This record gives sequence, structure tokens and C-alpha cells, in this order.
Amino acid sequence: MLGLYISIAAVLILAILFLVFRIQTFIDIVRGANSRRVGTSNKVNAFLLLAFFVVSTALFIWYSVPASKFFLPKAVSEHGVRTDQMFWITMSILIIAFIGTNIFLFSFVFKYQFKEDRKAYFYPDNHKLEIIWTVIPAIVMAILVYFGWKEWSSITRPAPENAEVVEIMGKQFAWQVRYPGKDKKFGGYNFKLIDATNEMGMNLSDPHTKDDFLPSEIHIPKGQPVLFKIRARDVIHSVFAPHFRLKMDAVPGLPTKFWFTPTKTTQEMRDELGNPKFNYEIACTEVCGRGHFAMRYIIVVEEPEDYETWFAAQKPWSESNLEYILTKVDEKSKGLYPAPPAPAPAPKADTASVAVAPADTVAK
Amino acid sequence: MSVAESHLHDHHDDHEHDHHDLPWIKKYVFSEDHKVIAKQYLISGIIWAIIGGGLSLLFRLQLAYPDANFDWLKPLLGGWIQNGKLDPEFYLALVTMHGTIMVFFVLTAGLSGTFSNFLIPLQIGARDMASGFLNMLSYWFFFVSGVIMLCSLFIETGPAGGGWTVYPPLSALPQAISGSGLGMTLWLISMALFIVSTLLGGLNYITTVINLRTNGMSFLRMPLTIWAFFITAIIGLLSFPVLFSAALLLIFDRTFGTSFFLSDIYIAGQALSFEGGSPVLFQHLFWFLGHPEVYIVLLPALGITSEIVATNSRKPIFGYKAMIGSMLAIAFLSFIVWAHHMFISGMNPFLGSIFMFLTLIIAVPSAVKAFNYITTLWRGNIIFTPAMLFSIGLVSFFISGGLTGIVLGNSAADIQLHDTYFVVAHFHIVMGSASFFGMLAGVYHWFPKMFGRMMDEKLGYVHFWITFIGVYMVFFPMHYIGIAGFPRRYYSFTGFDFTQSFTDLTQIITIAAIVTFAAQFIFLFNFFFSIFKGRRATENPWRSNTLEWTTPVEPGHGNWPGAIPTVYRWAYDYSKPGAEDDFIPQNVPFSETKGSNFPHENEQMVAEAESIHGK
Repeated sequence: MLGLYISIAAVLILAILFLVFRIQTFIDIVRGANSRRVGTSNKVNAFLLLAFFVVSTALFIWYSVPASKFFLPKAVSEHGVRTDQMFWITMSILIIAFIGTNIFLFSFVFKYQFKEDRKAYFYPDNHKLEIIWTVIPAIVMAILVYFGWKEWSSITRPAPENAEVVEIMGKQFAWQVRYPGKDKKFGGYNFKLIDATNEMGMNLSDPHTKDDFLPSEIHIPKGQPVLFKIRARDVIHSVFAPHFRLKMDAVPGLPTKFWFTPTKTTQEMRDELGNPKFNYEIACTEVCGRGHFAMRYIIVVEEPEDYETWFAAQKPWSESNLEYILTKVDEKSKGLYPAPPAPAPAPKADTASVAVAPADTVAK
Repeated sequence: MSVAESHLHDHHDDHEHDHHDLPWIKKYVFSEDHKVIAKQYLISGIIWAIIGGGLSLLFRLQLAYPDANFDWLKPLLGGWIQNGKLDPEFYLALVTMHGTIMVFFVLTAGLSGTFSNFLIPLQIGARDMASGFLNMLSYWFFFVSGVIMLCSLFIETGPAGGGWTVYPPLSALPQAISGSGLGMTLWLISMALFIVSTLLGGLNYITTVINLRTNGMSFLRMPLTIWAFFITAIIGLLSFPVLFSAALLLIFDRTFGTSFFLSDIYIAGQALSFEGGSPVLFQHLFWFLGHPEVYIVLLPALGITSEIVATNSRKPIFGYKAMIGSMLAIAFLSFIVWAHHMFISGMNPFLGSIFMFLTLIIAVPSAVKAFNYITTLWRGNIIFTPAMLFSIGLVSFFISGGLTGIVLGNSAADIQLHDTYFVVAHFHIVMGSASFFGMLAGVYHWFPKMFGRMMDEKLGYVHFWITFIGVYMVFFPMHYIGIAGFPRRYYSFTGFDFTQSFTDLTQIITIAAIVTFAAQFIFLFNFFFSIFKGRRATENPWRSNTLEWTTPVEPGHGNWPGAIPTVYRWAYDYSKPGAEDDFIPQNVPFSETKGSNFPHENEQMVAEAESIHGK
């Protein structure tokens, strides 16, 4: 149906254009415009160019003002507030330059349209002018570079010692998240250890693995530095958390990181936006295949006390996958884990369901 | 020089003799005449533009109307439509093919191939390219490369689908996406042939410009078009081999199990044996071509625009030497800014600082170019031919799209904007649309010399206005969507809370894209109709200064029937005070324009007299 409408519209537009063109040709012939060096169209085009500029600038302002509420979602990280400020300062300079140069461009083409009795001004160069407009952009750029560089250095400097560390692994087409557990140390990992249960390839013989837990949402404390350790196990993905102004590629074989300090809890944002369903989200921004557009994950920002409570309540992954672990580790490492469990817990805890859910969405 | 010329002249006589004996296939198919090769590039470029543009409409439709039923596309797409929806992998394949086709086949081969071939010999005063044979090979390598790419659209597993940047591991592993099977193999073969074609062409352009300039055509008298093509060819010659090496290493990883770009991969239930490779290495190699490529695409368009703006403003281009200087600066800097595509790729952040600095420097010569265009218009006597309108459109795009590059080049601001629609808006305006407008401007401007007939002006105006407004309607709204954080290459925006705004804009963009695409058929009609039925052109319809307009209406083999004209002045003596007319072609000696000569030009008359006597 849509196609039909489009083709009808296209045919109509073409027909109208053709008629306009035919009529114009007849008018020109009647007026004898063909013999002149420049016809009426020159005036028409000059006027249209100016009109285009005026109308589109008006449209630009008319649309941008109300649309600005959808711009950059509210920044809720410390560096995000600063980069937003930098973004808007840069944008203001650019918009001034944009409108300024376009005023010159479109007013000149209107003002200096062809007139039979005028001769163009032979003006091949002016070194002073050229130096001025080389130096001014150079100075503006230098200032922008300086602030950009300062900000970039501060964002990319090593994370503070006390940062909460979360590991995020991208795979087709979901994120897997791991916390270091009570010992605050991650067990090692190796891609060769990955299978359907041990999706992150954790080294089960590493004593630090024992208390690592794999939740279904990321929880982080407000006001404290958080370090994301990022990796991927199949193709490149990219962790994008728009509200935190956070983006970093997840590269197989090359672990990356990004640290930030969240400044608003999820609840605070819900109250502020009046949207009780609001959630901080992670999306993938490096094309990774069929389900690229559906790699959603949720970040919950909590008050530090709530975070501690949540953290303490998390069950280590090893606890719910004990049977699996005992089939995988050697005799020596078996000692790390409790003896064969009395009540066999269901293998594959929440992680598996997390992994499956987005894949389902894709299939739909 | 004179030796070279007499030598060439002899050749020319031979050719003249051969001319009538040439079989059809040597004359029109495997031709070694630069003008025929240019037309072959142009027609191929037009066909590719229709394909590449058409593909973009398909994915735009799916994106804007996720709930619509696209079963009506089944006759065209067959199994790629599942339950009335475009298959998500095919969606990515469309995006990939759209990018590849537009960047390489349309804006590199179609633009540079057409106009470098057509204009270099004509504007520097040469009978043909330095090597007609290599030139022919260059086109046919491009042709074969295109055929292979076209075939990949029809295979069962689909064409390459990892984005036009083909980052491994996605592009290396058929398990990751079906397009990385045979489709990617064909992509790599096609690109390898394309690179061969570009190198053969580039070598020819460079050699021709250096060696075959006519008497008096010093480097500082060359039109800016020739400077642009010359610099473009040098950039291509230095950067395309790097893509070739990247493609070759990727072929090794895909076929022979090497680990240049792959490491630590577990996919489809299996840990692969690759270890020690780096996906980021590929990105460095790719963008080492990929960024200069932006200027390979843009510089010819800027060169064409310089020529058209000067001619139709009836004014010398402002700051001729500054224009050359800024092109040289852009060319040099284009090689050392590539990693600004990779700020968040996981490379060392220190590199990010360096590349941010270098990237923002490149804004300075670009700004100089924009200011020079505007000043050229100032106090001109402007004639709005369709070519002129498209050139003005180019300047507008160059400004609009160039400015947003300043935000993206700032690594701290880029964190949020990277791989969002803001980037899509930026490069489609500054690189895609600006270059495309340069190409259209060139076609309208040099059509009379190519085919001996004029294109219809009125249809040109209609084409310009729909396209100009349409392009802004398509790409300007993408800034808004990008600032709101919408990631690019997304099949659908329904899955996230933060992408729920702006559904109306997504639809407006799609509708505008359809209208803009439809408007190109006005051009196509005009183009093909005018080849056969257009008003007959005169030798110099735009009253232009450069040498191509001194040839007959339809220049034959060898371009000038008699001796090649000698050049006495630069290409921009428009509206010179004291001159009889508002233009003085490059082949008019100063001795014939005593009324308008500047003092230093009167001095040159002495040298001029000697050279004429010397002959």
C-alpha cells in the first residue's frame, strides 16, 4: 500500500514538474528570453537561494527549540556533565560560524546575481584577509583542542584505587556481567574454557573465581567511582551507556576499560523525569551481526548503602553451578569448593536466562 | 617541452590516420582515448549510484516503518523478506553495500575516474593520457571489480554485511554473520581489483600532469581542477596499497588460518585457534586508507567547484595560491588523522590526544577553502547555471558538514557521538553529498564538451532544487537523532527506552530520501535525452578560460585538430579591468591584451615574444 502511495506521489510530482517546465519554456520563447545572455531563471534562482536560506534557518530554529528536550539525555556521570558543557560550547561556536558563513554565502549569491551592465570585481587575492581567516580558526581550534585534551586526559586517566569494578563481556547478542565478589578480586579467564554453562570462560581453578557472581543487572553505587572492565568473546561490540556518556569498544583479545562516577540514582531519575519505568540502559554501538540492535542491558544506580545490601545478597556463581564445576576442575582445585552438595541446586542460574532472553527478541 | 610536444604531435598524426580504421570495439569498448574512458567511468558511476542509492531506500523503509508489511518487495528481494520484514542480516548487508558502492564505485571511480580522465589532458593541453593502454586497463579492472561486487548481491548467503569498514572478526567469521562467507570473499576480491584500477589510473594522472603539460602551462598556471586531481591521485597512490595489505591479511586470516587480526574467539559453540592477532590493527590499516579516502572523494569535487564558481561568478578564484596550499595541507594532514575514527576502539588514549590535535588542525585549511569560495562570489556577476547551483550547494554542504567534524574530532565529545547518527549526518553531508554535488556540477558543466550538446537548464534547476532541499531534509535531521544518542546500523529503534523519541524524524528522513532519489531520474532523463536530442553546444558555451574550451565542439582523437595551444596566463583572468570581454582564455598572449595587462605581465611579453619566435 505504501509503495502505491509513493509511486502515485512520484508520478504526480514528475507530471507537475514537467508542466512547469513546459510552461516556462513557452514563456521564455514569447518573451524572447532565449536570445539574452541570462534569462529570467537567473533572477528566480537567486531569489530561491536567498529564500531557501531564510526559510531553512527559520525552520531550523523553530524545530530545534522544542526538540531540544530530546537532545543529549540527561548526563548522570561527573565527566558527562563536563563533556556536555564542552559539547554545547563547541556547538554554539559552530552554530554562529554556520549561520554567519551561510549569511555571506546566500546573501552574496543573491546580491551579486548577473546584471548586464555590471562587471565583476577583479579581486584575485588579499594576503591580509587570508592571514586573518587562517589565524582566527587556528586560534579557535587551539582553544577547543586544549579543553578537549584536558577533558580527555582526565576521563582516560587510571581509575581510582577504590573504584567498584564490574566486568562486562560482549557476545552475540547479549552482555554478560561479572562482579569480583566479596574478595573484590576477579578470578582469571580464558576463552578456551568457555562453554554453554561457563559463558565467560572463568578459570574455575582460580581461588578468586569462587565468590564471583554474575547478576542479571548491573548495580552501581551513586557518587563512587566505577570501573568497567570490558571484553568480548566473539566479535567486536561496543558498550554504550548514553546517560553516563560512556562508550568503549569490547574487543576480543584486547581487554578495554572505562571508569566514571554516577551522580544520580535510578530512583532519582525516575522522580525527576516523572517516568516510573525509567531505566539506565546499555546498548551496543559496534555492528556485530543480526542482533546488534537488541543488546540491551540495564544499569541500576543505587545509594551506596542499598548497593552494599544488594552486593552482599548476591549468590556466587560457583554455588549454583557446583556440580558442573566439579566435573571440570582437577583434583587439586576441588578442594576450593565444598564437598558434593546435599541439595542439588538447579544448574545454570540467572545468567543463562539473561543470555537467552535477548536472543529470543532477535528471533522475533 | 617542445621536443615532447613535437613527438606527441607526430603521434597525433598517426592517430589521425588510424582513427577511421579503428574497429568499433577498439573505439568504444576497449578504447584508449581518455574521453571515451571518462564517459565509460561516468556511465558506470551513474549506474552504481542508482544501485547504491536504491539500496539505501530499502533499509530506510524498514527503519522508518518497522510495523509495515514489506511483502510487496518480495519480487525484488525474495527470501530476504521474512514475515513481511527485511531480514536483519540483509539489512546490515544493504548498509554495507550502500557504503561500499557509494564510497568506492560512485564517488571514487565515478567522480575522480570521470573527471580526471576527461579534464587532465584537455586542461593541461595534452593529446591524451601518458599511457592510454594503462588507462584502458584501469577502467576494465574497475569494471570487473564492479561485476564481482554486483554478483555478491545475488548469492544465497548474501553480500558482505559487516559494514563498509569490514572490521574483523565480524568480517572474518562466517559463523558471525552469513555475509562473511562467500559475500565477503567476493567483496575482498572486488576491492583488490578496484585498488589495482585506482593505482593504474592514479599513476597515469600523475605522470600526465607532470610530463605532458603544454608549452607555458607551468604548475602555477594550472587550473585548480588539475591541482585537485593531481593531489587526489597522489593521496590514492600512497593510501590504497595500505588497504590492499589489510585486505590481503584479512584474506589470509579467513582462508589460511593466520592470526593477524584474530585472537581469543569463542563462537558458535567452539573456541577458535586464533591467538595473538589484533582487531585494532586492522582498524589502523583500514583507516590509513579510509581517512585519506575522504579527501580522495572530496578534493576532485572541490577542484571542479573552484573552476565552476570562478567561471560563473565571472571572477578569478580568490586566493589561488592559498587554495593550492590548503589542498596540499589537507592532503598531508589526511594521512595523520586516521585514528580519530578509533578514539574508543581500545587504542591507547594517549594516541587519542595526538590524533585529536592533528584532526582539529585540518579544520584550518578547510576553513580557508570555504572562505575563499565565499569571497569569490563577493562582487561577482553570478550566472546560475545548473552547474553553478550545484557548486553553491557543495559549498553549503562543505560548511555544514565540515563544522560538525570539529565536534567529532574532539575525542572527549566524541565518546557520546561516536557511531551515532551524528556521525552519519556529518559524513553524508561533507563527504557524500558535497562530493555528489561536485560530480553533478561537473556533469552539467562539461556535458557540452563531452557530448557536443547542452543539457536542458530548466530540468537542471528542478533537479537541483529538489535534490538540494531533499539532501538537507535527509541529513540535517540526523544530527538531532544523533545527539539524542541513536546508534547507527540499527535495524530497529524499538528495543530501547532512550531511542523512543524522534520516530517522526526517522520517517521524514525516509520520505525525503525517496523524493530525493526520485528527483535523480529527472537528471537521468535530461542526461540521456540531451546526449541525443540536446541543443547543439558551441565551442565555449560558458565563456570559460581553460584550454578544453579551445577544442572543437566535439574534440576528436588527439583533442586539437592542429597544434596544441600554448598557454600564456593563469586560468582565472575573468573580468580583468581594461579587458574587452569578461574573460581572457589561457591561450591568449599578453601581447594581445595590452589594455588589461598588469606591469609584471607586460614584462612577460618579452619572454613570450621569444618563445613565439623560438617556434
